[in-house]
Amino acid sequence: MTWTNEEIAALVEPDRAHRKAYIDPDLFDLEMERIFENAWVYVGHESQVKNPGDYYLARIGRQPMMMTRDHNGEIHVLYNRCPHRGAQLCSARQGNAGRRIRCSYHAWMFNLDGSLDNIPAIDGYDGTALTIDGEDFQVQKAQRAANYRGFWFASLAEDGISLEEHLGEARTGFDQLIDRAPGGETEVVGECFHMVQHSNWKIFLENQLDASHPGATHESTGVAAMTIERDMRKAGEDPPMSYGFLSDFARLGIDGWGKFGTVGHPHGHCTLEGYMGLRPDDPDTNEYVKCMYDAYGEERAEEILGVNLHHSLIYPCMSIQPPLQQLRTIRPISPNRTMSEIWHFRLKDAPEAIYQRALGYYYLVNSPSTMVNADDLFNWWKVQHGLESQGGDWVSFHRNAGYDVIDGPLRKSPDGSMSEMPMRHMMHVWRDYMTANGKGA
Amino acid sequence: MGEAAEKLAASDPLKVAEVSVETQLAVERFLHRQAEILDEKRWEEWLALFTPDGHYWMPAHEDQTDGDGVPNIFWENLDLMEMRIRRNNHPQAHSQAPNNRLCHVVSNVIIEDEAANGDIIARSRFHCAEYLRYDVRNFTGKYRHLLKKTDDGFRIRLQRADLVNREGPFEYVLQWWL
Repeated sequence: MTWTNEEIAALVEPDRAHRKAYIDPDLFDLEMERIFENAWVYVGHESQVKNPGDYYLARIGRQPMMMTRDHNGEIHVLYNRCPHRGAQLCSARQGNAGRRIRCSYHAWMFNLDGSLDNIPAIDGYDGTALTIDGEDFQVQKAQRAANYRGFWFASLAEDGISLEEHLGEARTGFDQLIDRAPGGETEVVGECFHMVQHSNWKIFLENQLDASHPGATHESTGVAAMTIERDMRKAGEDPPMSYGFLSDFARLGIDGWGKFGTVGHPHGHCTLEGYMGLRPDDPDTNEYVKCMYDAYGEERAEEILGVNLHHSLIYPCMSIQPPLQQLRTIRPISPNRTMSEIWHFRLKDAPEAIYQRALGYYYLVNSPSTMVNADDLFNWWKVQHGLESQGGDWVSFHRNAGYDVIDGPLRKSPDGSMSEMPMRHMMHVWRDYMTANGKGA
Repeated sequence: MGEAAEKLAASDPLKVAEVSVETQLAVERFLHRQAEILDEKRWEEWLALFTPDGHYWMPAHEDQTDGDGVPNIFWENLDLMEMRIRRNNHPQAHSQAPNNRLCHVVSNVIIEDEAANGDIIARSRFHCAEYLRYDVRNFTGKYRHLLKKTDDGFRIRLQRADLVNREGPFEYVLQWWL
């Protein structure tokens, strides 16, 4: 069906959202057009294209894109499409194209910035409308590309707010991923894991700061981890700290998560304060803190380590957990299929144990054999099934509805609550994007 | 893990050792029995297949030489395997309700190395169908086993399972070992 702005706006109420927002194929196309192919969307980290000639594929909305590094060291975001007959240019997920990208079909050669370098037997074009520097014969660039401290985004809209304005205070998530490195730099480790969620992309985002789910969804894993920790201690062994990432689910119970505050930011971003891994008191952390003091001086190091942030959700496309050096970005495929890329980072000059802690979390929580996200993915799939049914039209976000604490441009959950503010907040931003006729939220 | 991974990494993955028919049969029986124990969910027996320092390993990349310190699809010692068993059998493990079914075929067994003490490096191929949520998924790949010879038969010091589609995308989480 064709959706009018009034019909779209009616799908979002102050404390609930209509199921059609999650299942309708026409609305999905509008989401791609008005949100993902309009707003700033995460492409990748600069360390994914370390060397000149490197490329890395990414998807923005429905568009196949690639991030490249040219031979002057500059990064570009290009459409992965040959301007000749339309063939995909790079087909491996990542690689190095050498001096030029060569189209596999007719060997047109392009520089890493997308400009056409040469065409075999080019005299065949003499006297035609094709010129080597003609606009139509260059690989097209993303309308806008920008990075925040090495994290690259692109927007496929010609005009709009800058990346910095879009991120606003939610950029702290990136600052934390970098500043927590004594060497002041961060880089991706290896290739990411690719997992397909059999659910709508919004369900992933809604789950990220959903405080009332972990104790319920992850109970089995929490209990299993806690009993292993207990058995190991009985046997005189120290369980690895990473097991605590799992046993916390049982320790905190279903209603123990209200102590972590959530904040809604302009443009749909959300943050979660406190929780795990921030500043444990163990020899590895203490050695790391010493490295931070040596690198930044005590005052600045404490300022960095004192930032109370566990999780940043950057609307509409990603979730970052800086204290554990994890980043997930989503690429919607259809109303009920969402690809996720799951990355983790190494902090330059941090002790190896700090990386190993991040790796422990990456394995136990985010890998293809995770005992945690297994249950999340399954719940989201079940939600998708439920929303496709006619057994009810509305998704309830009533928890603490009407009790948000407004603090300037920020919207905060009331103290001690497991408020569904982040879901309400994101759906209101969704409505704004969807009804703004491509002008952004 | 160190030593076991080093041994596997140092062994030529295309070598064919000259072994007795008895050794070949004993290794094949062990691998077939391991697959059956996994398919039948005999968890006590599963754990008993491994040495106390044994690991089940599914690398994320072909060129990995160790599971320690790098990202993996699986990298589990006995503690983590026990945790997975307890978790998947917990009444609230809803992504395993109803529980899955696995069916393995293990074949192409080649003994790569037989040490003087009887320890074995063996490689083989596997195919595994998983029935979960009324749908079948298929997995296939290569095993390499580093087996320790004991008075009570072989024990696994390290099992490496390289999936053909290790780079993904993964349509679902792998909740049991393959």
